Amino acid sequence: METEKHIVDDKKNILIWVDLLILTFVTVEIAQFDFKTLTILIALGVATFKTILVGYFFMHLKFENRFFKTMVFLCLFVLIAVLAILFIDYSYR
Amino acid sequence: MESEKMATEITPKGYVNFFEESHGLKSWIFTHDHKRIALLYFYGVVGFFLMGVVLGLLMKFEMITPGETIMKPQTYNSLFTLHGVIMVFLFIIPAVPAIFGNFFLPILIGADDVAFPKLNLLSWYLYVIGGIMALSTLILGDGPPDTGWTFYAPYSVKTGTNVIMAVMAAFVLGFSSILTGLNFIVTMHRMRAPGMDWMKMPLFPWALYATSWVQVLATPIIGITLLMVVAERVLGVGFFDPSIGGDPVLYQHLFWIYSHPAVYIMILPAMGLISEMIPVFVKKSIFGYKAIVYSSLAIAFVGYFVWGHHMFTSGMSGQARVVFSILTFLVAIPSGVKVFNWVATMFKGSIDLQTPLLYCMAFIFLFMIGGFTGLVVGALSADVHVHDTYFVVAHFHYVMFGGTGFAFIGALHYWYPKMFGRMYNKKVANIGFGVLFTGFNILYFPMFILGIQGMPRRYYDYLPEYSTWHKVSTMGSWVVAIGLIIIIANLVKAYRKGEPATGNVWGGITLEWETKSPPPLLNFDKPPTVTHGPYDYSILNK
Repeated sequence: METEKHIVDDKKNILIWVDLLILTFVTVEIAQFDFKTLTILIALGVATFKTILVGYFFMHLKFENRFFKTMVFLCLFVLIAVLAILFIDYSYR
Repeated sequence: MESEKMATEITPKGYVNFFEESHGLKSWIFTHDHKRIALLYFYGVVGFFLMGVVLGLLMKFEMITPGETIMKPQTYNSLFTLHGVIMVFLFIIPAVPAIFGNFFLPILIGADDVAFPKLNLLSWYLYVIGGIMALSTLILGDGPPDTGWTFYAPYSVKTGTNVIMAVMAAFVLGFSSILTGLNFIVTMHRMRAPGMDWMKMPLFPWALYATSWVQVLATPIIGITLLMVVAERVLGVGFFDPSIGGDPVLYQHLFWIYSHPAVYIMILPAMGLISEMIPVFVKKSIFGYKAIVYSSLAIAFVGYFVWGHHMFTSGMSGQARVVFSILTFLVAIPSGVKVFNWVATMFKGSIDLQTPLLYCMAFIFLFMIGGFTGLVVGALSADVHVHDTYFVVAHFHYVMFGGTGFAFIGALHYWYPKMFGRMYNKKVANIGFGVLFTGFNILYFPMFILGIQGMPRRYYDYLPEYSTWHKVSTMGSWVVAIGLIIIIANLVKAYRKGEPATGNVWGGITLEWETKSPPPLLNFDKPPTVTHGPYDYSILNK
């Protein structure tokens, strides 16, 4: 079986890693502020962005074909839709 | 076709089927053969089903009179919890995908096994471990849990019974389910026979495909939720208990985000079985193949977003209740499409009323009752009155037992000759069906009446006005037991003394009927090439 190799230069990997560290710092820091209804949205937004970075670069989704990308984003869509419906309850309770 | 001609004959001498390929306990418990793993599941699932039935019979016997009949209230609470855990996690969820899916999915798509045979065996081991953990609650710790199979917080984080072991059992069983789903998705993407494009794939694999995505995406949520219960009980983290800052409604959200899609894990494969069986016994192409395919996918997709209808009276916001009610009505549409297509397939068909078709017809009838009463509880105003009453118990038993249970037994009669190479007594099978169908309705229909009258579910005691229908229902449970005994005795007898079955006992044209009964280790003597649609009965005239 042929194995395809994807060479990603170290500079880019380190850059992504630093981004993830910064975003982790952001997650911790913003936790002390009360953004009212936006609190959850911001926290989940940062977490989702970090997930996309990990999936796209470290897990090589970037190099996969459109089918796999569609599958992953469909799953992400389901998760977002579930959370959106969940927060209809919490926003109006 | 040469292979079809061969398959109609009784298997020749010298032929080695998958039973005879190797012998001894080791050859079974370390097997990678999908058919053997399916049978390992079969014995486990049927064993757990019978335990669940016994618990159900005991519960019904307790309810024959008000007050104490044969057990104390705490025992009754534990019995309905264990009955639920066993029937949901150890029977209905794994039954169709793990047994018939494992056995027939590769054969139906012309493959020699699933994509990951070792992972398949691991799934079975996890199933067995989870099952043992669930049963161990009977003897370990402070007694079996008394929370109901839903483990609702905050009671589940406060009760002194052995909740942790039970939720860990469900956690482990979840892994088994995820791995099976993953295996099936990859198998269908990668291992279809030459010529079998997606729209030539039989409808049972399609149903399994939709189900597998639900298994893979939804099951982790219940895993995390149950771990949160454990964290709350052990570490005192305030997730769900309001006295330490938690939200009990959050538990219900998280639980049903998985457990409602899990209802589709239970029913979708059963619908696939019905779609598989009906064309064979009416010798007609299925009506609206693509509509059935897309309705399976639609049910799986919309099914993710309707969980809140279990929580209409739990203190959710009014806006959320309206959204969930609308979405619930939406999910009924693809189910209706399927029922229409099955009936339309039978219309003007050459109907051969064999045992499996009887089960298919019973499925349609009982599932319709279960489905329509689901709309009653999906409507906000009606649900307020019947929520947590026997009406709901009747509704989900009509869907789960009347639907999935009947489809399971029907499929067992359909594929039994293929799996075991023996034919059962058809007359006794029909009698077993008749007794089971009658008993089922005597057992569960009175529960609709009791529910409308206001009898709450899970209550140990009741007022005298409910007495008559409780008695009728209990008697129905005895008839169901007799029906099951007839069915099981007939199949066991067939296994030991049944007539050898031909390769194609029902005249089907899907790939499993092109191989011998029981199939060889790698399913086919030579890899099949697909040249026609799965239900294209016009080829019989050529």
